[in-house]
Amino acid sequence: MGIGGSDMYRQQILDHYKNPRNTGELEDPTFTHVGENPMCGDEIRMDVVLSEDEETIEQVAFRGDGCAISQASASMLSERLHGMAVEELREMDRDDIVDMLGVDISPMRIKCAVLAEKVAQDGANIYFDELDIERTTTEDDD
Amino acid sequence: MGQTDIEPLDVEAIREEYPILQREFGGEQLVYLDNAATTQTPDRVVDTIAHYYRHTNANVHRGLHQLSQEASIAYEEAHDRVAEFIGASGGREEIVFTKNTTESENLVAYAWGLNELGPGDEVVLTEMEHHASLVTWQQICKKTGATCRYIEVEEDGTLDMDHARELIGDDTAMVSVVHVSNTLGTVNPVSELADIAHDHDAYIFVDGAQSVPNRPVDVEAIDADFLAFSGHKMAGPTGIGVLYGKKHILEEMEPYLYGGMMINKVTFEDSTWHELPWKFEAGTPVICQGIALAEACDYLDDIGMDAIRRHENELAQYAIEQLEGEGDIDILGPPAGVERGGLVSFNLNSVHAHDLSSILNDSAVAIRAGDHCTQPLHDKLGVPASARASFYVYNTKEEVDKLVEAIDDARQLFA
Repeated sequence: MGIGGSDMYRQQILDHYKNPRNTGELEDPTFTHVGENPMCGDEIRMDVVLSEDEETIEQVAFRGDGCAISQASASMLSERLHGMAVEELREMDRDDIVDMLGVDISPMRIKCAVLAEKVAQDGANIYFDELDIERTTTEDDD
Repeated sequence: MGQTDIEPLDVEAIREEYPILQREFGGEQLVYLDNAATTQTPDRVVDTIAHYYRHTNANVHRGLHQLSQEASIAYEEAHDRVAEFIGASGGREEIVFTKNTTESENLVAYAWGLNELGPGDEVVLTEMEHHASLVTWQQICKKTGATCRYIEVEEDGTLDMDHARELIGDDTAMVSVVHVSNTLGTVNPVSELADIAHDHDAYIFVDGAQSVPNRPVDVEAIDADFLAFSGHKMAGPTGIGVLYGKKHILEEMEPYLYGGMMINKVTFEDSTWHELPWKFEAGTPVICQGIALAEACDYLDDIGMDAIRRHENELAQYAIEQLEGEGDIDILGPPAGVERGGLVSFNLNSVHAHDLSSILNDSAVAIRAGDHCTQPLHDKLGVPASARASFYVYNTKEEVDKLVEAIDDARQLFA
């Protein structure tokens, strides 16, 4: 099998794509952020509730539309974020996402894979006044 | 010539000129179905490029030495050959070599549009324009205060010609339309649109990127004022596009790029311009690519443009028939039986186009997935992306079968 083919679509990814976890909206999110891959049409909106001291992620929900990689990645990340320190989220990078997915992601699809992570990170950074954007796009991330 | 008089292509012989088609990925032979993006290059065009660099390479127009003269003549004659290929009786003066179709669009948009358009003027496009035309005119309209209007695309992928007649009026200065849609495969009635445009003293710019490679195109039969296309979608190299323009219009237009080669007389105070088409080819031009494009024109004429047109349509119709078999694939554009360019865009219900393309790659089937540079059209159709299989002279029905089999693998995986 070539790189970037059905190797990417292991059972876990297909499972998360077909049965995404933590979908929907949260009633009173600490922050909400949305991002997209304009070229692909992938879109993820994420709601996050932080603990009172704003150091820990307590709840996450997402909704979105797009390819299996982007949606499965959002679903897996939403599970992972529960209970995670905000600081840890802000330090995540694409290697963490590739590790989380457990498959080789072809270079052309890495944008799909990291969209949810970028949305969560940018959402946090905007909330803490360290970033000033309306929407996240993964285009300038190449 | 009636379609029945045309000999089918000898695809087996044609394929011998394309060693790249023999490549294997993971033990599977390449099935290259991304020809609307770029076509492969036959040996004789590759040989022309190699021969030029090994034998003739020099800069053009300047040198008095033998090599420069040979290169200049070959480069100039390439313009004549391309003119002949699209029926431009004005020869080289009506053929400007650019980088690609996009640059050809921009050349007219800047050299003509920026100077001629203003508030109250309208540029009429179609909803199925490629970004090359859509974004270019949209931005020129923003700069000039002119307005962009879009002819609607009907459910069946054709243009609403009543709407076209409604939109194109006395305020219309330019009608810019795609000849064959790179997303829908629709063949637009450009000649009829040219008549409507001319009835209102508007120019018509035809985007021929997906038509010139696969059907006979005669700019004078269409009565196009401008027509653009790219070398790399018609068995030629990348790095070269063509702008055809009627001579009297090109003569009146200001240059688009300034610099060497495009001038006649230069003083510290002012400059005058070289004759057509060199006025629009500033700097060292695309010499080798131009010569190779002329070779590609010879190549395509040897095969026969009528035969290519039929071959493309047959493969597209066959693909539609095969893809529609399972009932879970939506085909974009005209329904089966309606003539189209050699491409089929589609969506498999359960699988995103990008996932599909990634999975097809396992079977060494190369297709395009995305918005094909027609985002507004995809928005209108309500799909974020689509998969597109596109064909050329070397493709076979067996390759379409491999595509269909590979799609079935994706269907199983996502079931």
